[in-house]
Amino acid sequence: MKNDEIRASLLKRSRATKNERFGKILTGLCIAIILTVVIAIFYFVASKGLATFFKDKVNLWKFLTGTVWNPGTTDAQGNPQVGALPMIVGSFGVTFLAAIVATPFAIGAAVFMTEISPKVGKKILQPVIELLVGIPSVVYGFIGLSVVVPFVRHTFGGSGFGILSGTFVLFVMILPTVTSMTIDALNAVPRNYREASLALGATRWQTIYKVVLRASTSGIITAVVFGMSRAFGEALAVQMVIGNAMLLPSNLISPASTLTSVLTMGMGNSVMGTLSNNALWSLALLLLIMPLIFNLIIRRIAKKGAMHR
Amino acid sequence: MNPRKWDKVATIVLYLISGFIIVVLAFLLLYILISGLPHVTWKFITGRSSSFAAGGGIGIQLFNSLYLLILSMLISIPLSLGAGIYLSEYAPKNWLTNLIRNMIEILSSLPSVVVGLFGFLVFSINMKLGFSILSGALALTVFNLPLLTRKVEDSLQAVHYTQREAGYALGLSRWETVTHVVVPAALPGILTGMILGAGRVFGEAAALIYTAGQSSPPLDFTNWNPTYIASPLNPLRSAETLAVHIWKINSEGIIPDASAVSAGSSAILILFVLLFNFAARYFGNKLYRHLTGARERG
Repeated sequence: MKNDEIRASLLKRSRATKNERFGKILTGLCIAIILTVVIAIFYFVASKGLATFFKDKVNLWKFLTGTVWNPGTTDAQGNPQVGALPMIVGSFGVTFLAAIVATPFAIGAAVFMTEISPKVGKKILQPVIELLVGIPSVVYGFIGLSVVVPFVRHTFGGSGFGILSGTFVLFVMILPTVTSMTIDALNAVPRNYREASLALGATRWQTIYKVVLRASTSGIITAVVFGMSRAFGEALAVQMVIGNAMLLPSNLISPASTLTSVLTMGMGNSVMGTLSNNALWSLALLLLIMPLIFNLIIRRIAKKGAMHR
Repeated sequence: MNPRKWDKVATIVLYLISGFIIVVLAFLLLYILISGLPHVTWKFITGRSSSFAAGGGIGIQLFNSLYLLILSMLISIPLSLGAGIYLSEYAPKNWLTNLIRNMIEILSSLPSVVVGLFGFLVFSINMKLGFSILSGALALTVFNLPLLTRKVEDSLQAVHYTQREAGYALGLSRWETVTHVVVPAALPGILTGMILGAGRVFGEAAALIYTAGQSSPPLDFTNWNPTYIASPLNPLRSAETLAVHIWKINSEGIIPDASAVSAGSSAILILFVLLFNFAARYFGNKLYRHLTGARERG
């Protein structure tokens, strides 16, 4: 071969380089598409949701604290009646209550699977939890409607629809998620912590309670906050059992509504661009922001947990 | 009470809690299957749903669910594979990659109803797709992408680095190593993730109410030309899925046998979810054994 040809072949991109480039661009493109989608979601929902405040001049504070939701009409001063407080209270109510009920069960099951009987846990509880995650939310809603609502009606009176029924349904829905994340947190506790405690003569329960649970607190809180984020965004199952009354809930068994339930019911009945539609998009914006806040909380906790190690 | 007694009590309580969770699942499954399966007849599975009268079937809804599932997986599998490969193999360790990971995580934590509304605004209205299978499939893709990507990335990361080095040592480029060595080695995990993702998509309803629509126009199952308006394959027709159907008949309550129809539909939905679950396990394990010759999956 002449020198020129060798020179040319060395300076040219090899087949492997071209291949490499092709792969990098192709996969980078996929990432770019996903990022575009994320940005688009925020852009579109925010532009619609903020129109209530900038175009229709609704006071943000009044929107968050007002108790009357009736976007078609105006009050005595001529301001549109868009008070989202009933929905906000409903959403946070079911979320916190479900988390409070689910946490002990999740921790109990996770401790059982990691500390008491890993064999039974892996063979029986693990598949059970995976199956519970897989059950579609409408099925939970349907069971809520045909079992939980009548049960609440017979036991506590009222119509049966309300925050209490929503709590029961969400409890079962977030239980598997919180449990499996708690298991991960408990497994992350080093084995020698347990051994040290047992060597000091502590019983198994003392070891669990005073060592394992303390060492994994931040992980457990992360799991619970993650579950709350799930519960906050759950739409159909809650909508089917909460009663859909846009009133400030006076007790746990009076019909209420959540941000998600109002959105699923109302979006089809309003015309794009009108105030009542924009107000719904503002609720969607709230739903978009809340997972971010939950995310931030989780990060804070994780950071704090990492510092203690 | 001394510590030893406390230990016994706590152990019993933990057993009770675990038992309770198993009972809850058993109750849910048995309730659905016992109340639902008696309604499941061939006529119910293939029949046309009725809007007012009793005795409607779920044939079209079931077909819609499967068609939507296939369409959305066709879009999301290549995308998530590409994105997962990029994150695992190409992405440099810097703030930008961190930002990308965070954005994907945020996307996966968004409520599905928000994804549905986004799909409604962008696909149905701005892109003028209307209430259609196509906008439903796109919304489901958005809903499913972050989890699939995460799963692909995790499966690829689990492949030992010596496998990659073996590829490089043979003179393969990184891309060839990825496609010929790393992806095949990670395939069992990827497959399991994809099947579980399919199960999630199959039962999703909140993202579909305002994208694929809540009505199911009559279909002509003799004409499979996708451009024909009543063709089952037409991607621009509105399509109520099985999950949406359950929600709709329960919250509107017009048909008299709503609870029977939804029990039957729930039973079918659950059977499909169980099927997806077992399929994920079975095929993942089988592929793993086929590729490695190992008995148990590590």
